[in-house]
Amino acid sequence: MFEYAPAPESRDIIDIKPSYGLFINGEWVEPLGEGREKTVNPASEEVLAEIAVASEADVDRAVQAARKAFTVWSAMPGSERAKYIFRIARIIQERARELAVLESLDNGKPIRESRDVDLPLVAAHFFYYAGWADKLSHAGFGPSPRPLGVAGQVIPWNFPLLMLAWKIAPALACGNTVVLKPAETTPLTALAFAEICRQADLPPGVVNIVTGAGETGGALVRHPDVDKVAFTGSTEVGRQIARSVAGSRKKVTLELGGKAANIVFEDAALDQAVEGIVNGIFFNQGHVCCAGSRLLVQESVAGELLEALKRRLSTLRLGDPLDKNTDIGAINSAAQLARIRELSDAGEAEGAERWSPACPIPDKGFWFPPTIFTGVAQSHRIAREEIFGPVLSVLTFRTPAEAVEKANNTPYGLSAGVWTEKGSLMLWMASRLRAGVVWSNTFNKFDPTSPFGGYKESGYGREGGRQGLEAYLDV
Amino acid sequence: MSERVGVRKTYKLFIGGAFPRSESGRSYVVSSSKGEFLANASKASRKDAREAVATARKAFPGWSAATAYNRGQILYRVAEMLEGRRSQFVTELVDADGVGVRRAGELVDAAVDRLVWYAGWSDKIGTIRGSANPVAGPYFNLSSTEPTGVVAVVAPEADPLLGLISVIAPVIVTGNTCVVVASERAPLPSITLAEVLATSDLPGGVVNILTGSAAEIAPWLAGHMDVNAIDLTGAELELAVSCEQAAAENLKRVLRPAPGKADWITDPGTGRMTAFLETKTVWHPIGI
Repeated sequence: MFEYAPAPESRDIIDIKPSYGLFINGEWVEPLGEGREKTVNPASEEVLAEIAVASEADVDRAVQAARKAFTVWSAMPGSERAKYIFRIARIIQERARELAVLESLDNGKPIRESRDVDLPLVAAHFFYYAGWADKLSHAGFGPSPRPLGVAGQVIPWNFPLLMLAWKIAPALACGNTVVLKPAETTPLTALAFAEICRQADLPPGVVNIVTGAGETGGALVRHPDVDKVAFTGSTEVGRQIARSVAGSRKKVTLELGGKAANIVFEDAALDQAVEGIVNGIFFNQGHVCCAGSRLLVQESVAGELLEALKRRLSTLRLGDPLDKNTDIGAINSAAQLARIRELSDAGEAEGAERWSPACPIPDKGFWFPPTIFTGVAQSHRIAREEIFGPVLSVLTFRTPAEAVEKANNTPYGLSAGVWTEKGSLMLWMASRLRAGVVWSNTFNKFDPTSPFGGYKESGYGREGGRQGLEAYLDV
Repeated sequence: MSERVGVRKTYKLFIGGAFPRSESGRSYVVSSSKGEFLANASKASRKDAREAVATARKAFPGWSAATAYNRGQILYRVAEMLEGRRSQFVTELVDADGVGVRRAGELVDAAVDRLVWYAGWSDKIGTIRGSANPVAGPYFNLSSTEPTGVVAVVAPEADPLLGLISVIAPVIVTGNTCVVVASERAPLPSITLAEVLATSDLPGGVVNILTGSAAEIAPWLAGHMDVNAIDLTGAELELAVSCEQAAAENLKRVLRPAPGKADWITDPGTGRMTAFLETKTVWHPIGI
């Protein structure tokens, strides 16, 4: 194997302030509460900035600002709203490199991914929904669909800016105003987005960003003047939100956890499948709700496939997220690393066999090597619980019916992969899998025109596409 | 010569296409709007609800896999059977709901028409709700609708026939199966409707109807881990809130009761169907 010289992306392009306030009504304001959190670079444990923890009173201020802005924004002709959203999309493209570096620094994901996947998709989402703003009467929800009001949005740390785009772009296009809370470990790109709103001259209060942790998010979703709750994150928190909005008539969409099956049949193109499996579980360190974390491989090709997979894993490079050669970056936080370790240890304790490629681990920061478990039973915790890390559990099957049975044997239902060269088998499988997205002979593909969302305990509602508008319209 | 003694009807539950009594052996008195004894209705228990969910689950694979064409015809067949029993339902509505004969006739007609309307949706809702997605890149990408699974339905207290049809039809026309808690005050038309369903080619278990106390049965259905969705239309606010909280446990899809009394005569729109539909998106690369 060839040695690569390090090719780090420069940090000079970005400017991180030592501390940030809250973005309310188009202004940076100091929080009323005393709380502060530090956001760190997970690859080095260096403190990047201090962020405010918004209290209930801060959340209230933000919601009030959004409520006031709603009258202006919802009354504006769609064609004018569209132009603001198009502006935002363009500014994101202009500042894409800066945002990618910031995202990789704060989140730990490889710059190759933030630059080539996250940022292009972020801009694409704003472009896509900008175009809907003056065409809502064609969206299939009746001749004059109306916005809901103020949207309270809580997003996770795995795709900070992409999740922001998924939430804010359709909300604004439909005429709603928003209060968004980014994750406490990855607030920096959302705070940079606040600046983008100012550059776009977006009317004050249309977008408000409040930082903080779970309590801030709880205050936001419970706020009586929030008409719409949108959440992406864990199933456990999703359950709490569903409970807390009971009886309130808030419209809710939840994008929660997953434990996707990536199913490989014996007639699949195996080299392609190996790439798909790697992309499915090791993309973004496995911090992906739709990650293909359970590999179901037909028994007849299991040996051959695993050998090829291990060979491929040995070529993955783990290390500095800002290095353009890096495939696997840092785990986002110490807490997440602890969870991945706990579940992996449980896998070993329950009798599965663990394998990782020889892989140097940096001294500082939060790291976990790509890991495969073989000999996994359906009852093992590593086959049932979402690990949210670079850990793949391998199970085998003999017949398509058994593959369906095993794939659906989970409370989740977000995504699935099917690898076969036979079209009729692919469609047979796709129709039986209880999952919102089925990737056939590919995995982890996203596009703003394509609805995304889960069955069962993976949550409700769809984001993206024409279907994604429904969450922000009174239909 | 003595006067002829009428043959009274025994009203039972409707589970899996059969008419069992409640396993609990309980029944309750159903009175007319004037307070006269009409019949004893079965008072379903938690165990009856559990049995009904198991039955609905068993019926789901077959019903959801039936073609939309087939499901539409079966709903139309239900309308046919209902039309044939028009006068029976008119009498029952007059007795149970205290409406006049003419109003009762209008309500039965509206119920028949509502079924016919939904029958026509079976093979169209997927076209309206699905999409071909023009993604950037060499992929073929389609979104199609699928039923969510077993739906628990708390039927409205008022409008014991039209309201009931209006909550059942959208759930089953889209391929879901259901367990329905009938109007507690006026449960008799629901069991007569079950007789219609039982003789209309609808597979056993697709619709299961429980009579009894919504406050007693609905929380078990809301907390049941094998129920995928719940329609709380007929639940009082307090019951609806506790059911919504219980439904959070397995993240059921919840249709919340709208404030105020529902108007079942107006165009229902597609909302009741889409509330219990999932969207599945399938990606495949394009290439040679």
